Amino acid sequence: MPAEQLDGEVARHLLATMLIIRAFEEAVRDHFAAKHIPGFIHLSIGQEAVAAGLASALERDDYLYVTHRGHGHVIAKGADLKRVAAEIFGKAAGYCRGRGGSMHIAAFEVGVLGANGVVGAGLPHAAGAAWALQLQGRQQVAVAVFGDGAVNTGIFHETANIAALWRLPLLLLCENNGYAEFTPLSVHAAVESVTERAAAYRLPAWRVDGQDPLAVRAAVCEALKRVRAGEGPALVECLTWRLRGHYEGDPQRYRSPSELQEAAAHDPLRLFAERLRREALLSESEEAALAAQAREAVAEAIAYAQEAAFPDPASALEDVLYQPSEAG
Amino acid sequence: MAEKRYVRAVNEALCEEMERDPAVCLLGVDVGAPGGPFGATRGLQERFGPQRVRDTPISEAAVVGLAIGAATLGLRPVVEVMFMDFLALVMDQLVNQAAKMRYMTGGQARLPLVVRTQTGYRDSAGPQHAQSLEAWLTHVPGLKVVMPSGPYEAKGLLKAAIRDDNPVIVVENRTLYGLAEEVPDEEYVLPLERAAVKREGQDVTIASIGIMVREALAAAEALATRGISCEVIDLRSANPLDLQTVRTSLEKTSRLVIAHSATRCGGVGAELAAALGEEAFYLLDAPITRVGAAFAPIPFSPPLERAIVPDRTAIIAAVERVLTP
Ligand SMILES: Cc1ncc(C[n+]2csc(CCOP(=O)(O)OP(=O)(O)O)c2C)c(N)n1
Ligand SMILES: [Mg+2]
Repeated sequence: MPAEQLDGEVARHLLATMLIIRAFEEAVRDHFAAKHIPGFIHLSIGQEAVAAGLASALERDDYLYVTHRGHGHVIAKGADLKRVAAEIFGKAAGYCRGRGGSMHIAAFEVGVLGANGVVGAGLPHAAGAAWALQLQGRQQVAVAVFGDGAVNTGIFHETANIAALWRLPLLLLCENNGYAEFTPLSVHAAVESVTERAAAYRLPAWRVDGQDPLAVRAAVCEALKRVRAGEGPALVECLTWRLRGHYEGDPQRYRSPSELQEAAAHDPLRLFAERLRREALLSESEEAALAAQAREAVAEAIAYAQEAAFPDPASALEDVLYQPSEAG
Repeated sequence: MAEKRYVRAVNEALCEEMERDPAVCLLGVDVGAPGGPFGATRGLQERFGPQRVRDTPISEAAVVGLAIGAATLGLRPVVEVMFMDFLALVMDQLVNQAAKMRYMTGGQARLPLVVRTQTGYRDSAGPQHAQSLEAWLTHVPGLKVVMPSGPYEAKGLLKAAIRDDNPVIVVENRTLYGLAEEVPDEEYVLPLERAAVKREGQDVTIASIGIMVREALAAAEALATRGISCEVIDLRSANPLDLQTVRTSLEKTSRLVIAHSATRCGGVGAELAAALGEEAFYLLDAPITRVGAAFAPIPFSPPLERAIVPDRTAIIAAVERVLTP
């Protein structure tokens, strides 16, 4: 990345976003361990630069579909932390009124239209949103976030083919963290580069360091320039590191101590903060202030979620079907 | 009122709804220029353009997924899945995605989405092109399932499905596509959740769905010559089931035969029988009797297929059984 593009304000915004995601997910980790949160949890700790870089390149009214590991994207897209937290705690004030939980946080008000617990299944939804945008002559784009594991699903290929064929305003954003659950890329993919697989559909593709939010942002901006110009879909593959287990409580026996050490060495928050300091774009006190702000916002959101009411059991049958009498 | 073929009624429903609402659009294999494998979308691409009537690759799952995303943004997609057996390919998108989207998002999503598909009846389509699988869908909260039994129903129910803000699966019957019957000239829409009494009678109620409505009517006609009076109900909707209409009929007849072309095991008839057993047991003078396919795949060879998939004779036998003291 050329030095002149290193815009201090953008960089600090990216760092702030990453700090909030990290603080939020650490809090979720702790409250889950303390059994304050039901169900199971997939954290994106280590992958924050992807969410921050991606969201910083999107407009507020662009649409986003995310995955089971989606807290970071939802937060980066601008969702209300309190309602995200409330959803994870199973509370009525959550974005999905407690029906979705950690894996299914949709926040329509900021363009997050879904988070999927079925690997790959959200990809065609993003393509369908893109098709609607195309048909309605609107200017926004739709983005599908997915992991390296999702690239092996049939529906990835069905979607990529249709999106390319119809020149849909769609960005396919792969978070390649090298694992599908407990299975490393070398065991689950015949071709390790997702970018290479995108070539089969002639999708313009970028392969970037997913630990560097500026690299992610730059690739997404470049890709979206084409997408917004009506040139059809594009793919960005972000190489990233999952610093924790697949789910909280995963003992990660399938990863060696040296690999875990290597992962820790790729902590995007530390790397990015260090870089900004090196480039004199961030002082120690500024960094401390951003971190404190993040912790404060998160503490407030978690407290809100903890105090919020559980849904009324009498409401359990609401929203199974849309009833015409409903206002929304 | 003019006579129209079933497939023509489907075509008119699509055309009228596309005319009425620019958000309605069609997706499917061969639905564009070819006009659909059975002609249901004939002329529509010419009229509404290739953007709104879109040929798709053979990617059924992704196409239903596309419709979900598009519906979320306000389109009203109608997807054609060529054969009902192929619903197996789109089950994740129907069951885990479309059906749950509204609920899972706490009411943020609204999904005006229609999947049209079709099954057949005793036409040697073979094991992978002839099964009636509606019971798979009726087990899933969040989906509506209708099975038009004739041209009138095909048009009215499809129009209602397109206007509904929920995922609706419309199961047509290709064996009826060529059948012509009277269809009103003026606009009409049939309610998705209501059964219809097709023939009034006193002795036995026959609750039927899809093509078996025709067999039930034929059975009732034959039985009438022997002095047995059957009330024939077209359930129309496999989910939700209109229990009230059947129950009202039972208040008169006290005897129930249920007929569908799907296998009896775990079929819509099983649900209907169980629900009425719970709620209307006191109305019954005889055990509820189900007519449905034997528990086997649908074979190709005509005598084998006839051995598996029942017709009016099985219904007549069932009526005789419930009338035997
Ligand atoms: C279709 C399907 N198969 C299996 C699973 C179980 N599962 C949940 S996450 C996951 C791994 C997904 O890997 P990837 O797409 O790389 O995403 P990551 O977890 O690495 O973010 C699996 C196998 C699932 N949810 N859906
Ligand atoms: Mg992965």
